[in-house]
Amino acid sequence: MQKYNYDLAVIGGGPAGLGAALKAYDEGIEDIVILERDFELGGILQQCIHNGFGLHYFNEELTGPEYAERFIDKVNACGIDKFLNTMVLNLEKNKKIIAVNSKMGVFAVNAKSIILAMGCRERTRENISIPGDRPSGVITAGTAQRYVNMEGYMPGREVVILGSGDIGLIMARRMHLEGADVKAVIEINPFSSGLTRNVVQCLDDFDIPLKLNQTITKINGRERIESVEVSKVDNNFDPVPDSTYSIKCDTLLLSIGLIPENELSEQLSIKIDKKTNGPVVNEARETSADGVFACGNVLHVHDLVDWVTKESEIAAGYSVKYINNNYNIKEKNIEIIHGKNVAYSVPQKLDVFNDKSDVEVYLRCRKPKKNVEIRFVDNNRNVLFKKSERYIKPGEMINIKLSSEVIDSIKSESIKIDIIPGGKNE
Amino acid sequence: MSKKVIITCINCPMGCEVELTVENEKIISIEGNRCPAGKEYVKEEYYNPTRILTTTMRVKNGVLPVIPVKSSKPIPKNKLKEAMIKTAEKEIEAPIRINEVLIENIVDTEADIVASRSLDKNL
Repeated sequence: MQKYNYDLAVIGGGPAGLGAALKAYDEGIEDIVILERDFELGGILQQCIHNGFGLHYFNEELTGPEYAERFIDKVNACGIDKFLNTMVLNLEKNKKIIAVNSKMGVFAVNAKSIILAMGCRERTRENISIPGDRPSGVITAGTAQRYVNMEGYMPGREVVILGSGDIGLIMARRMHLEGADVKAVIEINPFSSGLTRNVVQCLDDFDIPLKLNQTITKINGRERIESVEVSKVDNNFDPVPDSTYSIKCDTLLLSIGLIPENELSEQLSIKIDKKTNGPVVNEARETSADGVFACGNVLHVHDLVDWVTKESEIAAGYSVKYINNNYNIKEKNIEIIHGKNVAYSVPQKLDVFNDKSDVEVYLRCRKPKKNVEIRFVDNNRNVLFKKSERYIKPGEMINIKLSSEVIDSIKSESIKIDIIPGGKNE
Repeated sequence: MSKKVIITCINCPMGCEVELTVENEKIISIEGNRCPAGKEYVKEEYYNPTRILTTTMRVKNGVLPVIPVKSSKPIPKNKLKEAMIKTAEKEIEAPIRINEVLIENIVDTEADIVASRSLDKNL
């Protein structure tokens, strides 16, 4: 088997992988390879043809492909190696990667450090066991997006969409603009988890009905889907009897959640956080496997690519230190506990470094709330950090920067994050 | 006769539902915004709602059969459908450079339809 040696191997050439590879290059690493399964770099951005990307990172409003091209151009200019149309099959001990493509066959890559940037997959009909027939015409919203925006196919003409997260909303608009009759977007929660901007510009603009507190309880169709049965749900998300109605359709798009793609991570027995479905990491974004870092959607599902890029730069910065034998952890191993209204945080723990840098904590709340205070406290209830927010929603990730002074001031073995009422009342 | 119009402001995550009182097509009062930017947004949105159009255009001899495109600036909301049809009628030949103007002044909006990415020729 052909073997290749690199300082850094990045698995995945989407925004996380691109950002990580470029940061490592900027920090002086020369032997970098990106392994990407698609025919080109860019990842999911290439099919996200709508705008809203880069508002924070570039201070501009870009479409997905434009955002990707900024990074792809730099990667090409730097001479960072890339293996395209390449699938990573195995991760073995000692950071050995087994991969395959049709030009090179099966080959191995040995790296001093690995950055996992595989992104995520979509939840399927089977994952939530929607009863009924199993006809064609039932696909995930992201698959439909790939078909329409890159492969040039129209998946159907009479569309129902399950799930009102951003992907469902964006595809409602896309299918409508391409001439489909988008009959309804069905949402099990009493609110949409997508951005308000998307509810307005994807549904309200085109009079596409948003049905809250409802779900699809049956799929009908012989060879192709013919209709869906929709039922109201109660506070426990159970269908309300006698509330069922039918919608005729030839296509059902599912936008019911994203799952970080950690099949490879599990091969290295990397510890996975059940709350994020991604690896447990410290502030360097290092996983439980030595010298293996993670960033982007494989670590936790993001809503803005700008933060994916920021996170990839954190991971790469520390991966470089690791490669240069400069990865110096002090004795501390601090657990981060999630208190009131905190769904998850990344990192899940702190291994305090000697480098005196700030720590970026990304977190999500469980329920939308107005006028809150986000608090970090130690074991003795000392407030380490606090920040007021006017309005928080689960669909919008919260960024907290803890300064090195705050980190140094932690004297306990764990710290807790709480989101409590309070904050400024404007 | 005055009428009430509700517009959801999208400037920030608050998503204030702003109520406009309109008489003879003129806004006479605005209530429910929690900041001044919201007031400006709903005025614009009432008198002249505009949107950036993002879609795809068919490609000849490219590595992909379609290329993502966008309007160079927002266009009136009521011209979106017409602009979609005009964009669908055109086929462009690869190679294409990002930001290349593919249709000038789409449906008299003074906005162009430009490429959102570079696309290589299929060898």
